[in-house]
Amino acid sequence: MKLFTFKSVMIFIVVLTAIVCFLPTFFNCWPHKKINLGLDLQGGMHLVLEVQNIKAVEAEVERTIQEIKKQLRKEGVKHLGISRLKDNSILAKFQGDENKSGFETVLSKNFENLITHKPQADENNITFKLSLPEKETDNIKKMATEQALETIRNRIDEFGVSEPDIRIQGGNRILIQLPGITDPERAKDLIGKTAQLTFQLVDEDADVNSAVNGTPPVGDEILYQNKYNPGSGTSTKIPFLIKKRVLLDGSLLTNARVEFDQFQQPQVGIEFNRKGARIFDRITGENIHKRLAIVLDNSVYSAPVIQDRIAGGKAVITGNFTLNEAKDLAIALRAGSLPAPVKIIEERTVGPTLGADSIRTGLISMVVGGILVVLLMAVYYKKAGLIADLALTINIILIGGGLAAFQATLTLPGIAGIILTIGMAVDANVIIFERIREEIRSGKTALASVISGFDRATLTILDANVTTIIAALVLYQYGTGPIKGFAITLCLGIIASLFTALILTKSVLIFILKNKQSSKLSI
Amino acid sequence: MQIIKSDINIDLIGKQKIGFALSLILILLSIGSLIIHKGPNFGIDFVGGTIIQIKFSQQVPVGKIRSGLSNIGFKDASVQNFGHDQDHEFLIRTSNLEMTSKGLSQSISEAIKASTGIAPEIRRVEMVGPQVGKDLRKKALLAMFYSLLFITIYISGRFELKWMLSGVTAGSLMTAVYFLSVFNVSMAVLITAALVITLALFWVLRLKYAMGAMVALLHDVLITVGIFSILNLDFSLPIIAALLTIIGYSLNDTIIVFDRIRENIKGVKTMDTFPTLFNKSINQTLSRTILTSVTTLVVLIPLYFLGGEIIHNFAFAMIIGVIIGTYSSIFVATPIVLAANKR
Repeated sequence: MKLFTFKSVMIFIVVLTAIVCFLPTFFNCWPHKKINLGLDLQGGMHLVLEVQNIKAVEAEVERTIQEIKKQLRKEGVKHLGISRLKDNSILAKFQGDENKSGFETVLSKNFENLITHKPQADENNITFKLSLPEKETDNIKKMATEQALETIRNRIDEFGVSEPDIRIQGGNRILIQLPGITDPERAKDLIGKTAQLTFQLVDEDADVNSAVNGTPPVGDEILYQNKYNPGSGTSTKIPFLIKKRVLLDGSLLTNARVEFDQFQQPQVGIEFNRKGARIFDRITGENIHKRLAIVLDNSVYSAPVIQDRIAGGKAVITGNFTLNEAKDLAIALRAGSLPAPVKIIEERTVGPTLGADSIRTGLISMVVGGILVVLLMAVYYKKAGLIADLALTINIILIGGGLAAFQATLTLPGIAGIILTIGMAVDANVIIFERIREEIRSGKTALASVISGFDRATLTILDANVTTIIAALVLYQYGTGPIKGFAITLCLGIIASLFTALILTKSVLIFILKNKQSSKLSI
Repeated sequence: MQIIKSDINIDLIGKQKIGFALSLILILLSIGSLIIHKGPNFGIDFVGGTIIQIKFSQQVPVGKIRSGLSNIGFKDASVQNFGHDQDHEFLIRTSNLEMTSKGLSQSISEAIKASTGIAPEIRRVEMVGPQVGKDLRKKALLAMFYSLLFITIYISGRFELKWMLSGVTAGSLMTAVYFLSVFNVSMAVLITAALVITLALFWVLRLKYAMGAMVALLHDVLITVGIFSILNLDFSLPIIAALLTIIGYSLNDTIIVFDRIRENIKGVKTMDTFPTLFNKSINQTLSRTILTSVTTLVVLIPLYFLGGEIIHNFAFAMIIGVIIGTYSSIFVATPIVLAANKR
């Protein structure tokens, strides 16, 4: 029998391709695609964030209210209060027909997008209920998630993580995978920072302490400054009465970088664009000798007294930062603020030493299990067993090559999947060999037994593997992270074992029997 | 070499009463344990919470770790040894969630350092919020449901070679599930209902082999889950993966036996010889049924002992599943087909 039949050439090409794909994992050679290791093996952080995008809707409603008030002022229409309700609709109260029709004109002229519910009249007051159309709130939510994704991506890029994976995971969730991260706490801090920077005036007319105990005056809010005391190591909270109106915010920033003050304390220097600089120039000019609070994510960082008009649009944020904190704040400010706060709803962090341990223990159990199976097959089925062992070796190469070629991720359960397929790959051989033994016992020649044994076992083997593949495919569809890795290696392993058992072992057995003149088969 | 002789003839069908009793005991124990423990001992993947794996450079008493944790208000935290004693590794579980970005693991690390005098190495942090836990639970149940559905379609079509009937089964199953899902019942109820419907359909449509295989599958999964519950082991995502693999794998042995039964039964008209024929089929395939399980166990046992603590439970579930699966193909699946034939 010739060595170069169509079938043997095909087998040769498949195995060679697998070897070529597998090699770069160990050596630096073409095609340079290593097997990707999952976060559980190489160490790293997996985060799922939930963008609280309802806050973005709230902000939009607040903005709309401000806009309505402005228009009403312009048209000289008086109102008895316009406020936001919990369900994000707007409640506007008016007195008298004149104001009512004035409001309706303003609405139809400038706020056509708002849905106006039937106004309610009691005595001489008329109450309007307005709301944003659902399409628009959905759009705001979607935009908030997308913008958050973009901002976080920029922050992580600047933070310097190689090959991060950041994407939207259905609705308002963002999936972040940071392989090989060394300081997970710092990364989490940077990602989760809303970085909402605002400049607001301190209310100098009211008393802070009475506001803390009672209610703050209309248009004011109480915000705190965290003052760290290096002597005692504790920090105290100092309340500030801040005017709600935002004079300037971080959206007009062009740059933020770490600077040092005269005591070599890190601080963050910020620079506004031309529009921001103009506003900054105006507000400092108008409020000389008043305190201007620099508010970041609802806490006051400093509230210096404005000594003079500041032109040029530069300012500094101070706040007893460590160097890393200052660096991260600068990154966050440069990358822009998140449109809505985010919440970490899932975290899985694996340290690099644990990952290395997992690789080691995984490989050890794979080698031990593999050797045991190889010995078992060789002892039980003699030379045919050795052929099964060859098939098993090629099986592992095929899985490795497949993992590298498809750039699939190998995880710890994935290694378990490979180990499992080592056990299952020889199953196919066991089924075939047992069948061949039966055929030999019924008096057939070795070659005839091999051929009919394969014929009768093929369907059974296909069946047995189809059911496992069904389970693996469903797992792939519904599994997350490491489990997906298991599903992948299981699928690859089953396909590889079908190939090695039904094509490779068969060809080798038939080739040997046809070339050897004896009719005996060592099985 | 041969361990099981080719002319072996054990009266396994005659021993089906023993098998039936054993299965019944195991099932009752499993259900009992599941009732007492109020379902499987779900890990944080499914109910939410935080686990932190820490490692010390030297021996540290567990009590000191506990007191360090309760100092910062983690009264509910459980601390247990993880892996080998010489590794000085511990697993901390708490229902506290690190919802803010301010570091929980950092404060735990500092508290433990204060109480034990040694800074622990934080090797792993897993935090799952309740919403994510709920989603993962739903996903896991869906995965179980779909794999059972597809396998049902496959085995009813394949074993009986009646793909039309298999289509009917799948269609009515999906319709029934659709109607139930309209009523917004919980996933667990839905799956139970789907299983009952499947078995009823097999019974009505006289799909004997499919019914035998299905009962054996449920038997395997239930007992594996039951043993996990009895031993109070964590039921986490990898265990779901193991269960699905068991579902796929335990069918292998059943398929081998069933194929042989059908081969032997061809042309035989009288029912009287069926018990002998079934017994003969089991015996003919006994060698490969046992050997295929042995080869799989040969790789799973090193994985269980050497694979490390994280994969430990997964390997354990697989080992149980493989053993139960082999047993059930002989003592559950085949007797049911035989019984159904008598109908």
